[in-house]
Amino acid sequence: MKDFDDREERVGKLKGLGCARKRVEDARFTQGKGNYVDDVKLPGMLFGDFVRSPYAHARIKSIDATAALELPGVIAVLTAEDLKPLNLHWMPTLAGDKQMVLADGKVLFQGQEVAFVVAEDRYIAADAIELVEVDYEDLPVIVDPFEALTTDVVLREDLDTSEPGAHGPRKHHNHIFLWEEGDKTATEQAIESSEVVAEEMVYYHRTHPCPLETCGCVASMDKVNGKLTLWGTFQAPHVVRTVASLLSGIAEHDIRVISPDIGGGFGNKVGVYPGYVCAIVASIVTGKPVKWIEDRMDNLMATAFARDYWMKGRISATKEGKITGLHCHVTADHGAFDACADPTKFPAGFFHICTGSYDIPVAYVGVDGVYTNKAPGGVAYRCSFRVTEAAYFIERMIEVLAIELNMDAAELRRINFIRADQFPYHSALGWEYDSGDYHTAWDKALAAVDYEGLRKEQAERVEAFKRGETRTLLGIGLTHFTEIVGAGPVKNCDILGMGMFDSCEIRIHPTGSATARLGTISQGQGHATTFGQILASEIGISSDNITIEEGDTDTAPYGLGTYGSRSTPVAGAAAAMAGRKIRAKAQMIAAYLLEVHDGDLEWDIDRFVVKGAPDRFKTMTEIAYAAYNQAIPGLEPGLEAVSYYDPPNMTYPFGAYICVMEIDVDTGEHKIRQFYALDDCGTRINPMVIEGQVHGGLTEALAIAMGQEIAYDDLGNCKTGTLMDFFLPTAVETPHYTTDHTETPSPHHPIGAKGVGESPNVGGVPAFSNAVHDAFRAFGLRQSHMPHDHWRVWKIAHDLGLHG
Amino acid sequence: MIPSAFEYHRPADVASAVKLLAELGDDARVLAGGHSLIPMMKLRMAELEHLVDLQAVAELKAISVEDGTVSLGAMVTQHDLIDSEELFRAAPILRETALQIADPQVRYMGTIGGNVANGDPGNDMPGLMQCLGATYVLEGPEGRREVAARDFYEAAYMTDRADDEILVQVRFAATTGGYAYEKQKRKIGDYATAAAAVLIEAEGGTVTRASIAMTNVSDTPVWSEAAADALTGTTCDDAALQAAVDAMLADIDPQEDNRGPIEFKRHLAGVILQRAIARAFQRA
Repeated sequence: MKDFDDREERVGKLKGLGCARKRVEDARFTQGKGNYVDDVKLPGMLFGDFVRSPYAHARIKSIDATAALELPGVIAVLTAEDLKPLNLHWMPTLAGDKQMVLADGKVLFQGQEVAFVVAEDRYIAADAIELVEVDYEDLPVIVDPFEALTTDVVLREDLDTSEPGAHGPRKHHNHIFLWEEGDKTATEQAIESSEVVAEEMVYYHRTHPCPLETCGCVASMDKVNGKLTLWGTFQAPHVVRTVASLLSGIAEHDIRVISPDIGGGFGNKVGVYPGYVCAIVASIVTGKPVKWIEDRMDNLMATAFARDYWMKGRISATKEGKITGLHCHVTADHGAFDACADPTKFPAGFFHICTGSYDIPVAYVGVDGVYTNKAPGGVAYRCSFRVTEAAYFIERMIEVLAIELNMDAAELRRINFIRADQFPYHSALGWEYDSGDYHTAWDKALAAVDYEGLRKEQAERVEAFKRGETRTLLGIGLTHFTEIVGAGPVKNCDILGMGMFDSCEIRIHPTGSATARLGTISQGQGHATTFGQILASEIGISSDNITIEEGDTDTAPYGLGTYGSRSTPVAGAAAAMAGRKIRAKAQMIAAYLLEVHDGDLEWDIDRFVVKGAPDRFKTMTEIAYAAYNQAIPGLEPGLEAVSYYDPPNMTYPFGAYICVMEIDVDTGEHKIRQFYALDDCGTRINPMVIEGQVHGGLTEALAIAMGQEIAYDDLGNCKTGTLMDFFLPTAVETPHYTTDHTETPSPHHPIGAKGVGESPNVGGVPAFSNAVHDAFRAFGLRQSHMPHDHWRVWKIAHDLGLHG
Repeated sequence: MIPSAFEYHRPADVASAVKLLAELGDDARVLAGGHSLIPMMKLRMAELEHLVDLQAVAELKAISVEDGTVSLGAMVTQHDLIDSEELFRAAPILRETALQIADPQVRYMGTIGGNVANGDPGNDMPGLMQCLGATYVLEGPEGRREVAARDFYEAAYMTDRADDEILVQVRFAATTGGYAYEKQKRKIGDYATAAAAVLIEAEGGTVTRASIAMTNVSDTPVWSEAAADALTGTTCDDAALQAAVDAMLADIDPQEDNRGPIEFKRHLAGVILQRAIARAFQRA
């Protein structure tokens, strides 16, 4: 018993895997002591700001900066003409397209960067941008992607339609690519020969990640030593360094990129924006540091949006409800430039995870990318590449099929789940799902909410409504989602040619503490807390004694950054593997100290113990000291390790979410009575951090489903450019969430972890949306597009004749 | 999001403020809580040379209830309205309305005077003041004058106030009977999609007097005398409710915006009014 107590105590002291350790970052954040980009202040620093286009499509006839340059304190006004000699007036996008850094002859979306004013401070810059006179000649505006594919209006005059794009032939001057996966013929045959077919257009509207901190940077070119230092809101600092080197011609070792504290990213801070390029150029030209910080309107109108997928689906089944095939065609609105942030070979990201949690024998997906006069982007907003679109699509199609079959949607899911004994499961669209136990999770979720009781209550409510006793309907929103995260295997995932591995470097210090550096960068995920826990369990040093550093390319090993829930699956794995290298060397040191053979030792929490002689051991603290203070034959001094981890596969977290919603038929208002979220993210590193991630992700999902959108009028004016109209929920709008879990480890990840940050956004949106749809199912609703704000929900009721 | 440069003035009394406005002319505006004007300046939709801040004018912060008359200095904040037990006893609808404006941070700054004088159809207090039959006191170079809230609003941001006048006080009779302020908004911090202020006095289950005003369903607040008349003398039965709603609908003119199309807003205005009447009648 004493041994047991001792072991318990030692495990407790480690604060390793499974510990609800408090976030070490929060001490500074909760005291307002974070260090964000806008906190960087350098001597002589200048400030840059953009003149932006008020038009969505217009030719630029002239730009006159005379008055601006006459304003005291204005240093320079850069236009495309100034960037041309440097060949920086256009830049490559992550998606193989190119985009204007500053408007080159025309503008293609409202808010586009036209000129860059550099001034002594941001107040002068704000005055100066008003003084730059731009003469525009407006052109026909195309905001509808379907119209874009038929109109004579050419948006991208710089492109030649006869030349193939980055992803194959272009069939129209506003067409970007057609990307296909799966067996089209077999799918069409399967659907045509099926007993039941459901068809629906599912639109996932355009929205925006809207991190609390907007995008920005400080570029500082030191003309004496030729080094460029760039602080910025970068989710992938190493990639930014490589891109900056390729674009500027400055050698990569002469560029230092630093991502300081980042106030949320959610995909918005993956891409490279004109502000970064202009700040660098301005710093090179002036020899002074130049800061560029967006305001909220700039961020909402011009930086990367998310979604905007029109998904036309056909799903077929037997009369008993066994799905026989799935067909999907997407019209993807990419805006003015294809600046989508996806691995190079996947122009629609991992959208082909759209068979979801179901065993579907045959499927086909085709995605047409289209140019319109809207802001460019197409980032993964708290989801792995286009996975939330895929999850929404299949979870809506399941509901529509349930209506077609006149079947309970929970039962339809159960009939079609991939069974636990089918993993690793090969999907019809080419993925290998690593592990899962969907039936167990589903049954647990249904039991937790008393699903049968809810359905009974709902039926009674419908009857009461019909009798005129209530004007409130009850919706039960079901979702069983399967995520695909952890991009990814270098063999098929890269960003601008950089394989999507990640890295960790560990240094154990003589007194038994450690510093670890990783290629990722936290934007609020709590890496300094959780990576320390992974390492603690691997190397037997308390996480309180391990410092985690990220985001400085001069010190951290190369990595592809943080997005797509890839940090734990990839960098977390690198940390575990580096930890194992440390432990392997530590074992040799311990063997020398204990005068036994390596093989006679076994690892025990924080020490190596001689097998069969529990009193003979060396702790990691002792081993660390020995590594530095004595010569050990055959071993180099020191205790350090580096691991670059190329994951063999993605990981596939999953979950079962149920939303119970009350809807006021007369006002379109909703009230969320209950939200139950079961997540299975494999091995759980820190339950408290997981819960926090789930709460945050569900709140974003609530926003997206119930009101948040980037909307344009027919002239391409962005109607949602401020937080008055762009819905960002506060504590008042946020319901209570009940979290739960099952734990199905990933078989290929070193510690079995799968990633969780994005699951609640992926699963939450269909849960909220399905609840709205479900409330009206009894009255004949099949499909109504998000966001389900008051007037659109009211419109559902109105169109169904529920207002008498 | 940075305003153009301006001169900042902070007079200590109303007379000095009025004098400043007279001297500075069109280029000056009075600043109360700043929650409408400052955002407009940051967006550069309002560019002003001079701001005359009334924060230091102590006389504008007075609240009094005397002989059944409520007087509110223009610089009384929404928070003050909520906080005052005296006001709650005199006109409980004030607290009910103020609690539905924005959030606590805004309510600590936002003032009754700024809210009613700005002429923003989204503001809640103008409709409430019309419902209460309030009087606004304006002070200018020629001295003081009074205007009925029901005559004050001409169009969005256009009011009877002259550029050189300051709205210094709001005055109305304490209420008796039932009251309700019903507001639907998309989220905290938003203006109303539609809102209704209702006062009802009743005797033996019959309405003896009513007053009804609507917010954000026209380019001004809408005091609907016809809607109130439709209730008077009734027991607030379904037919009376419908008649009041129909009368109100004849008086409003909502426009489409991100909150929804006209058809929705008209329907919602009716629903909101019905609910407000029902609640006020229950309290009468």
